[in-house]
Amino acid sequence: MKIIVCVKQVPDTSGKVAVNPDGTLNRASMQTIINPDDMNAVEAALKMKDETGCRVIVVTMGPPPAMGMLRELMAMGADDGVLVSAREFGGSDTYATSQILAAALKKIGIEKDDIVMCGRQAIDGDTAQVGPQIAEKLGLPQVTYVGEMKKTGGTITCKRILEDGYMTISVKTPCLLTCIKELNAPRYMTVRGIFECGQKPLETYTYETLKDDPLIDLATIGLKGSPTNIFKSFTPPAKGAGMMLEGDDKDTCNKLASMLIEKHII
Amino acid sequence: MVAFKLTQEQEMAKKMFQQFAENEIKPLVTEMDESETFDFGLLKKMHHYGLMGVPYPTEYGGSGGDVLTYTLCMEEVSKIDPSVGITISVHTSLCCSCIYEHGREEQKQKYLRPLIDGSQSGCFGLTEPNAGTDAGGVLTTAVKDGDEYVLNGQKVFITNSGFADTFVLFAMTDKSLGTKGMSAFIVDKGTPGLEISKNIPRMGIRASQNCEIAMMDVRIPADRLIGKEGMGYKIAMGALAGGRIGIGAQAVGIAQGAIDETVKYVKERKQFGKAIAKFQNTQFKLAELQTKVDAARLMVWRAAVAKDNGEAYAPMAAMCKLFASDVANEVTRTAVQLFGGYGYTREYPVEKLMRDAKITEIYEGTSEAMKMIVGGTMLR
Repeated sequence: MKIIVCVKQVPDTSGKVAVNPDGTLNRASMQTIINPDDMNAVEAALKMKDETGCRVIVVTMGPPPAMGMLRELMAMGADDGVLVSAREFGGSDTYATSQILAAALKKIGIEKDDIVMCGRQAIDGDTAQVGPQIAEKLGLPQVTYVGEMKKTGGTITCKRILEDGYMTISVKTPCLLTCIKELNAPRYMTVRGIFECGQKPLETYTYETLKDDPLIDLATIGLKGSPTNIFKSFTPPAKGAGMMLEGDDKDTCNKLASMLIEKHII
Repeated sequence: MVAFKLTQEQEMAKKMFQQFAENEIKPLVTEMDESETFDFGLLKKMHHYGLMGVPYPTEYGGSGGDVLTYTLCMEEVSKIDPSVGITISVHTSLCCSCIYEHGREEQKQKYLRPLIDGSQSGCFGLTEPNAGTDAGGVLTTAVKDGDEYVLNGQKVFITNSGFADTFVLFAMTDKSLGTKGMSAFIVDKGTPGLEISKNIPRMGIRASQNCEIAMMDVRIPADRLIGKEGMGYKIAMGALAGGRIGIGAQAVGIAQGAIDETVKYVKERKQFGKAIAKFQNTQFKLAELQTKVDAARLMVWRAAVAKDNGEAYAPMAAMCKLFASDVANEVTRTAVQLFGGYGYTREYPVEKLMRDAKITEIYEGTSEAMKMIVGGTMLR
C-alpha cells in the first residue's frame, strides 16, 4: 500500500506577489510556502504511515526550487519525492496541470490498495479543480472536502464537511481524496528527518519522462494547452470587519433588526 | 574563508525551530514565567522533534546534526523563551556531552541513548554554595566502598534538576590532589539520599527548573564513574567550554527576539503625530543594536564551526559568550527604553527578555571568567 500526495508550492500571502505579463503568476520570484490544505493531506498520509507502515510519496509540479519543499515533506516523514518540471509544463491551468499530474501518477503506478491525496484547493488559484480532474483522468473514485477519515481494510469512510452540512461516504481503494484543514494538525519536520532527508530518493519527471503518455500532448499541456485564458489578475477588495451582537436571542434580534432598518436594508 | 551561508539542512532546521518556537512555545511563555514552572507537555514535544539531541549521532538516537545547527536551535528557541533555551542547553551540551565525550560504550547505551532519543532528561551538577567561578573548590566527596561510591555534599543552581532522570555530578575522590582529585559520576533520579529542593526563585529564566541538590550517603555502583578517577575537573571544563557556544547563541536569540519585538512596536506606536520608527533616534538605535547582534552571531557560528571541525574552540567559545551576553543585556535594556512605559509592563515581552538576559553574563562561567580564559590564552 502506498499513498501519493499531490502538493503545491504557493506564494506566501504575507510576501509580495509577482505577476507575469501574460497574467500568470511569476512563481520563481516569490517567497513560497507549502499550500496549507496540502499540508493536511500530507499529515493524513503520514498518520496512516505511522499506523500501517505504508509508503508515502509526495509529488509536485513546479520549477526546480520546489525540490526544497519536497525535501521538507520528506523531513516530516514522506519516503519519496517526485518533482514534475519542464518548460513545456509552464503556464498550465488546472486542466493542463491535471493532465500532467495524472500522467505522473500513472508513471509512479497506482495499485489496488493505493490512495491519492490532495489538498482541497490552493490558496493562489482557489479553484479546487486539480484534485477532482486528476481523479477523472485516472478513472478513480473521489471524495472531496474530507474532514475526517477512517480506513478499514480496503474501505475508507470519509466525513465531508461542506458549508451547509456533513456527508459521510465510504469509498474503496484505489481512490482520490481532497483534504481540508479540519482533518488534522500537520506535524513539524524532525531534526533527524532534516538530516536524513537528503538520502531519500527524489526523482524529476521531465517532458521526456512523460511524453509517451497519451495524456501528454503539446496541445493539452502548458500555456498553449490550457483552455483558461487569464484576462486580468487583481486583488479582491478586503471584506469589511464583521460585528458580533451579544445578548439573548430576542435582544440580539431586535438590535439586528434596528440596525438593518437604519441602513435601509429592510 | 568559504562563505557565510547555512547548508540546506541548516536552513531547514532553522525554519523548523522557528515554527516550533512560534507555535508550541510562544503560547506558554507568560504562564510558565509567572508560575515558575516548566510545561512537561512541551518538554515531551521537544524530545519528540529532536530538539534535545541535535548535535549527537543517530547511532545513539540523536538527530545527526552539527554544533552549528544546535546554535540555530538555541537562538530560535531563546528568541521566544530563554528558559526553554537553557533547558535544552544544560541537557545537551552539559549533561549529554560528558557522557558522549568521556563515557564508556555501555554508559552511552544505558544513559546517553535515552537522553537523546527522546525519553529522558538530564542535568549537570558542578556548582556548590562555595564553589562558583572557583569550581575547583568543590566540597562534595565520593568515597569508594567496595563496588560502590558513596557521595556526600551539596550542589546549588542545578538547572533541570527538578525533573531530570539522569544527573552528572562532580565530587572529590581525593581532596589532596586539588582539581586533579575531582571525578564525574552518573546518578539516577530517585537514588536514596539524593534530595532535590524546590525551584530557586529567580529574577529571570524563571520557568527553567533550577534547584539545590543534597547528597546524603548516596550509594551508586562504581561503574557510574565517567572516565577515570581524577578526570572530573577536565570533563567539567570541557563540557562548559562547549556549553558556552550554546549560551552565546541563547544570548543572540534573546537580543534578536527583543529587536524583532521592538521593530514591530515602533512601527505601530505613534508620538508627536508619527510612528516612532520615523525618528532618527529609533533608527540609529536599532541599527547599532542589529549590527552588534550580527557580530555576536558570527562569533557564535565561528566557535560552532571550529568545534564541528575538531579545532581548538575554547577561547572562541569564551569570546562569543562574553560578547553575546553583553550585547543581549544592552539590546534588551535599549528595547525596553524604546518601548517606553509599555516596555516596563508585563504586557509586552521585552521586560522579560531583559530579566532573562542578565543570567547569560553569569552562568556557565561569568563574563569575568571568560576574560580569564581569553586573556590566559593570549598571555600563555
